Amino acid sequence: MRILAIDTSNQLMSVALLDDDRLIIERTVNVKRNHSIQLMPAIEEMMKEAEWRPKDLTRIVVAKGPGSYTGVRIGVTVAKTLAFSLDIELVGVSSLEVLAANGAQIEGSYCIPLFDARRGNIYTGLYQYQDNTLVQVEKDTHISAEQWAKYLKQLDGPLQLLGEDRLKHMELFEEECGERLIELPSSRHFARASVLAERGKNREPENKHVFEPEYLKLAEAEQNWMEAHPDFKQGGGWIEKL
Amino acid sequence: MEKKLILAIETSCDETSAAVIENGQTILSNIVASQIKSHQRFGGVVPEIASRHHVEQITLIIEEALEKADVSYDELDAVAVTEGPGLVGALLIGVNAAKAIAFAHDLPLIAVNHIKGHIFANQLVTPLEFPLLSLVVSGGHTELLYMASEDSYEIVGETRDDAAGEAYDKIGRVLGVPYPGGKHIDQMAHEGKDTYEFPRAMIQDDNFDFSFSGLKSSFINTVHNAKQKNEEINANDLAASFQAAVIDVLVDKTIRAAKEKNVRQLILAGGVAANKGLRTALEKAVSEELTDVELLIPPLELCGDNAAMIGAAAYVQLKNNNYADFSLNGRPGLSV
Repeated sequence: MRILAIDTSNQLMSVALLDDDRLIIERTVNVKRNHSIQLMPAIEEMMKEAEWRPKDLTRIVVAKGPGSYTGVRIGVTVAKTLAFSLDIELVGVSSLEVLAANGAQIEGSYCIPLFDARRGNIYTGLYQYQDNTLVQVEKDTHISAEQWAKYLKQLDGPLQLLGEDRLKHMELFEEECGERLIELPSSRHFARASVLAERGKNREPENKHVFEPEYLKLAEAEQNWMEAHPDFKQGGGWIEKL
Repeated sequence: MEKKLILAIETSCDETSAAVIENGQTILSNIVASQIKSHQRFGGVVPEIASRHHVEQITLIIEEALEKADVSYDELDAVAVTEGPGLVGALLIGVNAAKAIAFAHDLPLIAVNHIKGHIFANQLVTPLEFPLLSLVVSGGHTELLYMASEDSYEIVGETRDDAAGEAYDKIGRVLGVPYPGGKHIDQMAHEGKDTYEFPRAMIQDDNFDFSFSGLKSSFINTVHNAKQKNEEINANDLAASFQAAVIDVLVDKTIRAAKEKNVRQLILAGGVAANKGLRTALEKAVSEELTDVELLIPPLELCGDNAAMIGAAAYVQLKNNNYADFSLNGRPGLSV
């Protein structure tokens, strides 16, 4: 299985090529750049270096969000269009899960990935290594950091916060969870496409056409509209062929 | 002539579209998925929601375009995509999908200007002949462009504030018609009379520029004052008066510019080219004042945003080997 893995869901961009379990090339860039400009040239260059042709690929694994709306969309658009036009498998993995997998395998300890979502909010989730396997305990969510810290407080066991953005909310978590927080080595706080590929390599492929980002949040206008139309029920139907 | 096939993609605003075009002039397929119903909920296009719809639709629309044209990737000569102008988040979906297909199938990538696309929509019906003058009118643009040849563009005049289509949408909101207002205002105008005598901004000026914000304010004030005084307003007459003011200026300046530039063809392009009042007025003026000039107006289905026109414009770039590389980005403020 030849895997191309793509994560552009936040400032960091990580792309990897794997041949089954073997990492061939990984490129991770953590500078504020434009993913739309960077992503395709990176893929092209890595494929050239690996001496792979596009048709050699058998599966694309993409970090499907949450994260920056635009960032996630760039990764997902490239991934789903590549998979569709090459007629190969597509798998989406939670961007938070990729980070959670960087956690330390301590029995009974929680891995808590988080991305800043502005205005005191975060995207986060609750994961745990059980018998050497990463298990999702709570669904990924968009929540105020304060509420999340209070929720974590009433859990048992050591807490591993993962991601660079944890630093933006550290005061809050220290106040609520104090000495139960475990600070991991710095390398654990960056998402890696090789980890993403590992998470996605055995999963059931997605339906490529309907695959879309996991935003975890409605667009603001949509949210307001839904609140103003509580009785409205429509499963899509907004798009009309001319 | 050698057969050249271009897969074209357009996602600059609220239509997801893909087309397969032969030699820049024959439409093998042109699939357009409109999001208008969704944005009607908000009274205008919400950029984040437009981007989300594009991601949902993009591969479906591309597949349908290829299937309808009965063309495989191996038969394509290039992939073309709108790089701008437009909404940045929306543009990025088309741009990244186009790059993925170009990479996957080792095809040249062509970045197309949306405005040029609107002009080349006409090439899908009648061959363009140069020099020509094009009036491009849409929700985002009001420009007079002079083309000495197929890859030369000179801005002869442009709006200094609102685009004509934008003014239509705004006064549509004041009159309470559904988004987008243009179509409804056009219909109402045909039922009413030009009784309000709105200003024809800049019509006397010795240039080919336009301004619609004064007209828009004048319209809003008229409605506002009438409401305050509890006076009856005739919506159809208001629409007719507004439309007459817009069309008078557009037609007057376009005819003057066409005379000065001594062109062979005059082209009407962009979403507002669907406006019946404008089409009729321009046809009449050209038949009376520009007897040697051929007037081209695209059929209604090629007036709105569509990928066929992008494929038509891309063909010029294909002939000139004018390709983009994989660092192509969306360029929301791109000019011609």
